[in-house]
Amino acid sequence: MPESFQIREEQIGLVKVFRLKGFLDAHTAPAFEAALHAKVAAGSYRLVVDGSELTYISSAGLGVFMSFIEEVREKGGDIRIGGLISKVRQVFDILGFNEIFQIFATADDAVASFDAGSNLAVEGD
Amino acid sequence: MPESIEQSFTLHVPSSNENLAMIRSFVSDIAKRVSLSDEEAALLAVAVDEASANVIEHAYGHDASKQVTVRATIDDEQIRIDVIDQGKGFDPDTVKCKDPRVLIKERASGGLGLGLIQRIMDEVKYHVVPGEKNELKMIKKRRKPA
Repeated sequence: MPESFQIREEQIGLVKVFRLKGFLDAHTAPAFEAALHAKVAAGSYRLVVDGSELTYISSAGLGVFMSFIEEVREKGGDIRIGGLISKVRQVFDILGFNEIFQIFATADDAVASFDAGSNLAVEGD
Repeated sequence: MPESIEQSFTLHVPSSNENLAMIRSFVSDIAKRVSLSDEEAALLAVAVDEASANVIEHAYGHDASKQVTVRATIDDEQIRIDVIDQGKGFDPDTVKCKDPRVLIKERASGGLGLGLIQRIMDEVKYHVVPGEKNELKMIKKRRKPA
């Protein structure tokens, strides 16, 4: 994985959290794609991306979210996002991703949203 | 620095995604010179990143022996960024910017870059001579001080 980008994974209850740090661009997006693919292939469909330490995103990074969301939702899950700094959030908003993805103020809020009366499928369903 | 004087700055880098961070840093330095806000500077860097990533992937096929040139020209009216390559050109009229919702249905991971450039910049022009020189010219108007 390039030094300019790091992913830490954490399991909180039934939710898999990806904590991203650094730049998510065409150079680093393949690492995120591989991490997300591994979890989705293993049956994790309740996914949260913590963007609080993500300092940059380009369309290559947004493309990773885009390419998995349909499959994850078909399986009854979701990819939810939390903690984006304003410089990163504006890129999501410009392309209308804020209307496609649920974006929360914090990753904790995003994690909690899965427990807030949702009828989403649990991991491995 | 008298603002009426046009100034030009040029960066040449090998055609590799590894160098996108260097290109963004170059653009950020230009943005500081013209006192863009952090948010505006970040978006300018995104637009140039997208254009450069397209060159690296589509014009040069990730051939790091080739060069991507980013030229920034600033005056008191605007910031113009030209991204220049000598790779495979394309007909800009054939490139359609699809809605992200359509791309999601297609489970695509690409196809957002040009749309992002067009939303960020005030003017986008292509000058394509396949195999010789391709230039993507992007202009951002400078806001007048209140």
